[in-house]
Amino acid sequence: MARIIVVTSGKGGVGKTTTSAAIAMGLAKKGHKTAVIDFDVGLRNLDLIMGCERRVVYDFINVVNGEATLHQALIKDKNCSQLYILPASQTRDKDALSKEGVEKVLDELSKTFKYIVCDSPAGIEKGAHLAMYFADDAFVVTNPEVSSVRDSDRMLGLMSSKSRRAEQNLEPIKEYLLLSRYSPERVKLGEMLSVEDVQEILSLHLLGVIPESKSVLNASNAGIPIILDEKSDAGQAYADIVARYLGEEKPHRFIEDKKGFFGKLFGGK
Amino acid sequence: MSLLDYFKTSKTSSASLAKERLQILVAHERTSKNQPSYLPELQDELLNVVRKYANVTQDAIFINFEQDEHQETLELNIILPDNNGKNKS
Ligand SMILES: Nc1ncnc2c1ncn2[C@@H]1O[C@H](COP(=O)(O)OP(=O)(O)O)[C@@H](O)[C@H]1O
Ligand SMILES: [Mg+2]
Repeated sequence: MARIIVVTSGKGGVGKTTTSAAIAMGLAKKGHKTAVIDFDVGLRNLDLIMGCERRVVYDFINVVNGEATLHQALIKDKNCSQLYILPASQTRDKDALSKEGVEKVLDELSKTFKYIVCDSPAGIEKGAHLAMYFADDAFVVTNPEVSSVRDSDRMLGLMSSKSRRAEQNLEPIKEYLLLSRYSPERVKLGEMLSVEDVQEILSLHLLGVIPESKSVLNASNAGIPIILDEKSDAGQAYADIVARYLGEEKPHRFIEDKKGFFGKLFGGK
Repeated sequence: MSLLDYFKTSKTSSASLAKERLQILVAHERTSKNQPSYLPELQDELLNVVRKYANVTQDAIFINFEQDEHQETLELNIILPDNNGKNKS
């Protein structure tokens, strides 16, 4: 049986796709057969971030409609043989997805995959609902900013009432906080909500903090998931997150402002 | 960062303002999430009934819906004007 992870947030542009690509790659690199599905029907971004956009032939909707088999639609990642991507359709709209259709695809993937990562679209409507409905675990990507925290809270409310696990009175979805685009310097200056602030408001288990990092744009420019940039702070943050999710003990990093007074004075790193 | 900035940021930073606003908002949204959709209409009708007898304003009526594992309760608070009894309209 596979474990289904939804990467969700409510708000758009907070780093869901970046996170989906990174953790799917991270899990696969640890030897777990992983599939990552783009639920953002109509937009399709995950294939670009994963660098497989030119190999897309069939998509998620084609599989749901029986126009292609899963085998035909899944794209094997070029960097890791344990990783497969199921791209979203660009030409259909969200109504092309149904609960039954999604369930059928997830059931079939569950037979051979260990982890299924669902990259949710923004919003709290149909697409986002379907992405989280069958989830076992939720990675709630939040930015330290008021509207993102509020939207995360609403998403948490929906997951605790409108998911399969909630409706069938099963053990609830396991929810984790991934605080992204964090700037310890700005937190120190009192300009940005701190990890503790966000945790206190959302009462979520912190899986990791991803710093605001220039390397994320570089990685997306190249179509290489950021976790493969092992020298980058954001890449290391995602590697820690995957390790923690798999049960390893890793002290939290990227929370403190490392550049102290003297560091700043001398322009140290 | 100048020494002055250092002191300025200690108390009322913009982050603490954000936190305060969020705490209030999130608490409110969590309780109002499950409340029945007829609540605003009920509030309006109740207000009209009360107005037959006392001259109260929209803000004087406060309706609160709460839910725990065992029961749902509707709390109704009406602040009556000083000179209670019917006012001429
Ligand atoms: N840690 C980060 N540091 C800097 N930029 C980031 C970071 N995470 C995401 N971004 C940028 O934010 C934008 C939105 O990210 P994306 O993953 O597409 O969000 P979403 O899927 O939630 O809409 C992209 O331009 C991405 O490069
Ligand atoms: Mg996205």
